[in-house]
Amino acid sequence: MPNQLLQSLVDGLLLGSVYGVAAMGLTLIWGVMRVINLTHGPLIVVGMFATYLLFTHLGLNPYLGLVLVAILGLLAGLAVYFIAVQRVINAPYLSSLLSTYAVSMILIGVGTFVFTSSPQNVDYTLGTWGLGALSVPGNRVVGAITAFIVAGLLYLFLNRTRPGKAIRAVANNRAAAELMGIPSNRILALSFGIGAMLAVVAGGVIATFFPFTVLSGSDYQLKSFVIGVLGGLGNPIGALVGGLLLGIVEGVVPMFMPVGWVPVLEFGLFIAALVFFPNGLFGARRR
Amino acid sequence: MRKLVLGTLVILIVLFAAACASTPAAPSTAQQPAQSAAQQPAQNAAQAPAQNAAQPAAKAGAEKTVTIGFTTSQTGSANLESGRQTNGFKMWMDEINSKGGLKLADGTVLKFTSKSYDDESKKDRVQELYTKLINDDKADFLISPYSSGLADAVAVVAEQNGKIMITAGAASDSTHQQGYTLVYQTYTPASRYLTGAIDLLAKLDPNAKKIAIIHEKDKFSTDVVNAAAKYAQDKGYTVMINEGYDTGTADFSAFINKVPADADAIIGGGHFADGETFAKQLAEKNTKAKFISLLVAPPEPKFSEIGAAAQGIVGPSQWEPTVKYSADAAKAANMEWYGPSVADFVNAYKTKYNEDPSYHAAGGYTAGLILQKALEKAGSTDKDKVKAALDSTAMMTMFGPLKFDTDKQHGLQTGHDMVYVQWQKGADGKLAKQVVWPEASKTASGVYPLR
Repeated sequence: MPNQLLQSLVDGLLLGSVYGVAAMGLTLIWGVMRVINLTHGPLIVVGMFATYLLFTHLGLNPYLGLVLVAILGLLAGLAVYFIAVQRVINAPYLSSLLSTYAVSMILIGVGTFVFTSSPQNVDYTLGTWGLGALSVPGNRVVGAITAFIVAGLLYLFLNRTRPGKAIRAVANNRAAAELMGIPSNRILALSFGIGAMLAVVAGGVIATFFPFTVLSGSDYQLKSFVIGVLGGLGNPIGALVGGLLLGIVEGVVPMFMPVGWVPVLEFGLFIAALVFFPNGLFGARRR
Repeated sequence: MRKLVLGTLVILIVLFAAACASTPAAPSTAQQPAQSAAQQPAQNAAQAPAQNAAQPAAKAGAEKTVTIGFTTSQTGSANLESGRQTNGFKMWMDEINSKGGLKLADGTVLKFTSKSYDDESKKDRVQELYTKLINDDKADFLISPYSSGLADAVAVVAEQNGKIMITAGAASDSTHQQGYTLVYQTYTPASRYLTGAIDLLAKLDPNAKKIAIIHEKDKFSTDVVNAAAKYAQDKGYTVMINEGYDTGTADFSAFINKVPADADAIIGGGHFADGETFAKQLAEKNTKAKFISLLVAPPEPKFSEIGAAAQGIVGPSQWEPTVKYSADAAKAANMEWYGPSVADFVNAYKTKYNEDPSYHAAGGYTAGLILQKALEKAGSTDKDKVKAALDSTAMMTMFGPLKFDTDKQHGLQTGHDMVYVQWQKGADGKLAKQVVWPEASKTASGVYPLR
């Protein structure tokens, strides 16, 4: 039993870090521009299929391919921003919610048309790595390392670079930032692009673990919401911790009760966080 | 700003074009549904005028067109299995039509045409679609969609509208415990699906006594494992855990971690996509179990794409290309032989679709064959006469013996039996599927422990 518990904990943490990266994308966009990005799920799927196509057709290592996938994500995010978000950014929340929803339906529709909804696999395995009584699929370890690298880069970008600081300034107070000469429209576009990039990269990593279909996005989008709320919406680093927390719940809880109870507990936690910690368990900065 | 918007649009279009351009090279599964989707309307369009032209002739008693309605999962989780089933059925229809149709005793010649829709593997779609098939498309007979859940949802529509339905890829017992009188099952029912695997385990290792069950939480898989669990317990096995996972599950680590380290065997699974992933993750986590038997996925030729993870996995199969049903076997069993030989079917399928037929394909073909025999016997397309003919079915085909319950579980398949396959490494180092149970039809002995 202790072995099984440790194994579940490790599995949960490895997977949770990747979910964390996906949630970072969602929560960054919310934090900067108060837009709930419903294209998040389909963008995760874009990452999955981009990785899949690069791997199956060009033979590109899926983890190296992530660099290309990330660039694609940035471009896709910019495109979504200029087409569907920019015009409604100052309208009530519902407008941007609906317009991103519309884009997500278009992406899913086109995806289903091109790829059908059959499951696909990135057939790339690094084997199983043993560590004492633990055995962990190599893909998961590399995926988790990738997740931490991405989170670290995002942290450095937001805190150490000029555009990163501008993003934080716009998130903090857009009017004041504009008065200081920050071109807020460009910064918003950049934030959306980076948010999309994170979703797409997470999708690319997940594709190396699990089979996926055009419709897989909604599951991961839902997880991103839960994680975002746990970590505090608008707090990207909190999202990583939220992801790890969700991973622990998903890994360890099934040891003690039927697996079917996991979503009940997850969403119970979600509501509890909303009621008792509306700024996330780690108290995101207040506006 | 306008330039920027235009620029992004151009990027999107280029990306889309790139995605489209790369699909033709995509693996066959992705291609197949797209192809069949494209073919279908064309086919239907081509058939429609033919059907209309045949109508006046039918009045003269010379030729009659029979419309068969069904849905297929051109998209959705059961896309692979359903596609194969439809391939099998279409092959039956093409064969009989190319022979000039089915000639009845009174001289009428029946030609067959089909009408089908994409059910997206969704239960909530099929009832509506079958109602449409019956009312708008005037289907004379129905073939079920693939999977027990979908077929069960449709059975009530068929019954209410007084249409005979042959279920193809559906094995639930409970569909036949609701008093339906017009639904006939091709497959061995769920209650007898995994019981042979328990017998096989007993043969391979009389000391193995501990079983863990992990199964998809749908109708069919739950029926199967509940029947198997009861059978195992009656034989003195301990069922250590019995847990279900949701349809569409991709991450099995929580379930695999829960399997006790001293479990001798893992049985369960569900359908192809989840079963394949489950087998893959069982291997990734170095599971210690010595015997693994999963539903539906292992008999599929595509299962071997997971490589070493497939090795040793046992699966129940409705049918394999190596089965030994024949006219002689029928004679020995005192049954009538009907339809093509196993070899003729396998060769014709290979020629037509360029792959080995799986049991889903054979099941689809057999559903057509059952209907053909009943129409021939009834000498008419009259519902009551065809029903009487179906009730008295007792024959052996390339799919095996076929017979239906006519009592409390009307339409339940009582004649047909399962075979069990195992993926084994051959002398050439390649994985090959061997029939390991029952003894009478085996092509190799079971490998135990599995890896």
